[in-house]
Amino acid sequence: MFNVNEIRKKFPMFKVKMQGKRLVFFDNAATTFKPITVINNINKYYVLQTSNSQRGDYDLCYNVDKTILETRGLVAKFINAKTEEIIFTSGTTMSINLVAFGYGMYFLKSGDEILLTEAEHASNVLPWFNIAKITGAKIKFIPLTKDGRLTIKNVKKTVSKNTKIIAIALVTNVLGFYVPIKEITLFAHSKNIIVIGDGAQYVPHKRTNVLDLDIDFLSFSAHKMCGPTGIGILYGKKMLLEKMNPFLTGGGMNDSFDIKKNVVYLDPPEKFEAGTLNIAGIFGLKAAIEFLMKIGMKNIEEYEKKLRCYAINKMKKNKNIVIYNMGAEAPIITFNKKNVFAQDEATFLNSRGIAVRSGKHCAKMLDAFLKVAATLRVSFCFYNTTEEIDILIDALKEDNFLDVYYSK
Amino acid sequence: MSTTLSNEMIKQIMLDHYQNPTYKKKISDRQNYIVLHARSHNCIDNIHIYLKTNNNIIQQCFWDGEACVITASSTDIMCGLVINKTKKEACQIIEEYFKMIEEKKFKEDILQEAIVFVNVSKQLARVKCATIGFNALYNMIKSEAEKNNA
Repeated sequence: MFNVNEIRKKFPMFKVKMQGKRLVFFDNAATTFKPITVINNINKYYVLQTSNSQRGDYDLCYNVDKTILETRGLVAKFINAKTEEIIFTSGTTMSINLVAFGYGMYFLKSGDEILLTEAEHASNVLPWFNIAKITGAKIKFIPLTKDGRLTIKNVKKTVSKNTKIIAIALVTNVLGFYVPIKEITLFAHSKNIIVIGDGAQYVPHKRTNVLDLDIDFLSFSAHKMCGPTGIGILYGKKMLLEKMNPFLTGGGMNDSFDIKKNVVYLDPPEKFEAGTLNIAGIFGLKAAIEFLMKIGMKNIEEYEKKLRCYAINKMKKNKNIVIYNMGAEAPIITFNKKNVFAQDEATFLNSRGIAVRSGKHCAKMLDAFLKVAATLRVSFCFYNTTEEIDILIDALKEDNFLDVYYSK
Repeated sequence: MSTTLSNEMIKQIMLDHYQNPTYKKKISDRQNYIVLHARSHNCIDNIHIYLKTNNNIIQQCFWDGEACVITASSTDIMCGLVINKTKKEACQIIEEYFKMIEEKKFKEDILQEAIVFVNVSKQLARVKCATIGFNALYNMIKSEAEKNNA
């Protein structure tokens, strides 16, 4: 059974206070707290198992390799992929750059088109801007509907015979709408277009099945799903990984090289993992996925949906609140308080112990769409409670946002 | 510290400078000003500071752009504080302001209305907002001085 109070006991961060108040953490789209099992497993590597991977014939090394392999397998199981399709990276940004520079740069040519949306996070925009510059490919933006959705209709309208890549977030980080990814991959593949998904805000909240989605590449970060920072995943279909070039070269990814510059790389996924891996991060990721799987992704999805519903219903009653993504499916609410600048309200909420995000949320092209310079964003995780939402609702009712600057 | 100001007065001063800023202006003759663009990455602030000096005197100081209440009001108050002052006096005011923000001992009287920001340091994320205008102006004056000495 899903018991949020039992779950919360596993997170040491809930003992921390902010501004002398009970900490209410609603910035989970930025990063999440870590359960003690994750922290312990990271420590286990440093305290009991320190050694490098693939580089020794002794027990410690063998055990590290075993954990890395197990984690790769666990990640594969978590998203329904094959073990050899899972590449360890430093996070979503690195994953997307790896596809952009390892695949896009080699297979795009002048005149080809890369399709993005205007709601994309910087990490799914800037690498493609670079690739476009290098290859002469063109960037095109798929328009969103007026409530902020990405529809298959608009995808079809934007695709041309030159389109080679569609690179989109499965759920956008500001608006929180799920995109019709299955329809998009089905249509794209019929036109020989590959679909590269940013799953940073999707994988932590929804049961992910890459086979069912038929997505070609998928990136995500451990730290947004209760794992450590500095470790993430690139999933790629095996046949695409075999074609892809390494972005980084060096130790751990080659089979042999000689003085005549003959080089043989390892097979994927090791081919893309030059240098010593973030081994402690991998230990942490393993514990994080075990934690999530024990709760169950279906339970997580249902509970977070309930939280969002509860918050929306209460926020709607406050006439000073403008919500920008009423019908979104992901546990994100983007809003503003009338006549109060987003950052000023966020500072006020900070003074009440509530952590929310304000600003453009790394999706800087979106302000033309939302027509506001900045917004507030509340994002939930399965460890949040309706009681915490009540604290937020009460704080949002208060009017004196300048209170926090008074000399007391 | 700042015992003379009530909460209501602090609020009024901040809101006045935010809602009806005195020195926020669209400048049509940019070429006659020293201009510095200042922006912060964690807040929305995106402002320009315009400075006109004659010999050592700050003749005009304006700002324009998009800013939160702390940036807008602090920058507006700053402009009023430095106009008709010598560059040296302006720098002294700014230095006292920085001391206040850093919770060090400072001279209250020369900061005048700017003492409303005495508690900004309790909201760490907003220290940048309270100093973005002051920092920009300070750098403008200092780099002017360097140019003239060169």
